Amino acid sequence: MPEQHTAEDRTDPRQEVAAFLRERREQIAQRWADAAVFRTVFTVSRDEAVEAGRAVVEALAAVAASGRIEDLEADGFAVVREQLARTAHARARAGATTGQISAEMEALRPPVTELLLDELSGAPADHVRECTTVLAVLMGTLRLVMLETTTVAGQDLINRQRLEMLEIATPVIKLWEGIVAVPLIGTLDSARSQVVMETLLDAIVEQHARIAILDITGVPTVDSLVAQHLMKTVAAARLMGAECIVSGIRPAIAQTIVHLGIDLSSILTRASLADALAYALQQQGAHIVPSSGPVVEPR
Amino acid sequence: MTGEAAPPPDGYVPVLRLGGILLVTLQGDLYDSTAERLRQDIGRTVSDDAVTGVVIDLSGVEIVDSFMGRVLSDIAAMTRLLAAQTVVAGMRPAVAITLVELGLTLPGLRTALSTEEAMNLLGAEVANLPRTAGARRERP
Amino acid sequence: MTHTESVSARLPLTSDLDLVRARQHVRQMTAELGFSLVEQTKLVTAASELARNALVHGGGGRMECAEVTDGGVRGLRLVFSDDGPGIADLDQALSDGYTSGEGLGMGLPGARRLVHEFSVDSARGRGTTVTVTSWVARPPRPREGS
Repeated sequence: MPEQHTAEDRTDPRQEVAAFLRERREQIAQRWADAAVFRTVFTVSRDEAVEAGRAVVEALAAVAASGRIEDLEADGFAVVREQLARTAHARARAGATTGQISAEMEALRPPVTELLLDELSGAPADHVRECTTVLAVLMGTLRLVMLETTTVAGQDLINRQRLEMLEIATPVIKLWEGIVAVPLIGTLDSARSQVVMETLLDAIVEQHARIAILDITGVPTVDSLVAQHLMKTVAAARLMGAECIVSGIRPAIAQTIVHLGIDLSSILTRASLADALAYALQQQGAHIVPSSGPVVEPR
Repeated sequence: MTGEAAPPPDGYVPVLRLGGILLVTLQGDLYDSTAERLRQDIGRTVSDDAVTGVVIDLSGVEIVDSFMGRVLSDIAAMTRLLAAQTVVAGMRPAVAITLVELGLTLPGLRTALSTEEAMNLLGAEVANLPRTAGARRERP
Repeated sequence: MTHTESVSARLPLTSDLDLVRARQHVRQMTAELGFSLVEQTKLVTAASELARNALVHGGGGRMECAEVTDGGVRGLRLVFSDDGPGIADLDQALSDGYTSGEGLGMGLPGARRLVHEFSVDSARGRGTTVTVTSWVARPPRPREGS
């Protein structure tokens, strides 16, 4: 086998395959249009499926020509990545499993191999073997790119849903004119703490709230990371001109905080949400009195 | 939100005098030299005149980095020495979050949600001021 | 695997005006890439810190911006480099409160907290190169240490 080849050298199996793909583009695209992965996605017109197949063949030719046949990040794939992602997404929505999508991609290989063997009839056996190996590797890489986009699409969906859930789980309640509260329920991780901070600060601006209450009655544990996030939220609110109160620190959590050596002394705390609200109202110049007493107008 | 025109190189920061209070409205992206000059200007004005308070309106500012943060705390510390109070008003949430992540909580700085509240905080009789002074400048 | 698309801009950092330009360029790119407002602000602020470092301590330098992708996630990579005296003790320069001149000593460690990935290459007499990357819509992960 020759040691090194130049880009134009047709004896280099990769260049040979690249040239073959370019020359037989139409034929390959026509055959692929009937394969499940294209047929089931481009249901409206066969021309669309052929067009999609053409784009993939061109991408493969570019990758083969660049010699990076095993590289998922090869530039040639960039062009069709979005198309593959759409296809993968459509197949997944139709209920195809990752395994099925993989099998469907694998099914694209035999028709091309057949054409390649036709093309190379009469060539030395060694060369034929090298070229078919290159094609097999290339098609394998294409399959991996497809599967990668499948998982990425799935991951994107999960991430988006996670963010949406985070937002739903973080309601901001206006308790009084200029007083907002966020009752936190469930585990506070870093991502959620970030959403809490942003949601609360936005509410401070929207509601023109001078006082914000973070109620952690429903939070089972507070570790140093969560405590750090609480302190950051309080500090950011202060920079904006609002005062932030943390309420509902249960005895067990107070113990943990002391045990971890976290200094929350810079944070204004109250035992319960009710205490925090009473304090906030007082700050606003309103007072709670028994109904028999004089009526106090809220500010 | 983006593409705010750069201030001219000799960036001009409007400083409004309302009774004993200086209202400074910062806008867009400031040059370091502009911020530096502002610090000097405020120092000079506060020492010359009978100024008792300085309100710095940040509602039009999209970014405060450590340099700008230092200028703000310097102004606060300087005016305090000159027996005047500085209040920073209207900082945006994204700016506040970023400053805290940066490690700058600016503990010596007094803050308010809006210029109007900053005025109240400084005990200014907003009612006695021209009607437009507090509210109009709040959201330029 | 991270894949660099292309260097989209190379901006000089030699004056006050360049700092403003660098900030505005990063703002525009992060907005186009779909960064959230908070993430935009963080990256622009980090860029401001690092650009000023290159200008003040490195005697001027340049900023390179490149869009990057990792799987399907897009991001922005910024490289700040100068030919200044370099940093003799990187650990010290990266610890909070350290300052080699003006400022609050927040430059490097502060910028590091504002981005997802951060690396410094420097030695005395070799200049300094700081590379930072942030990703779009990747939910924040717990950070180890600071």
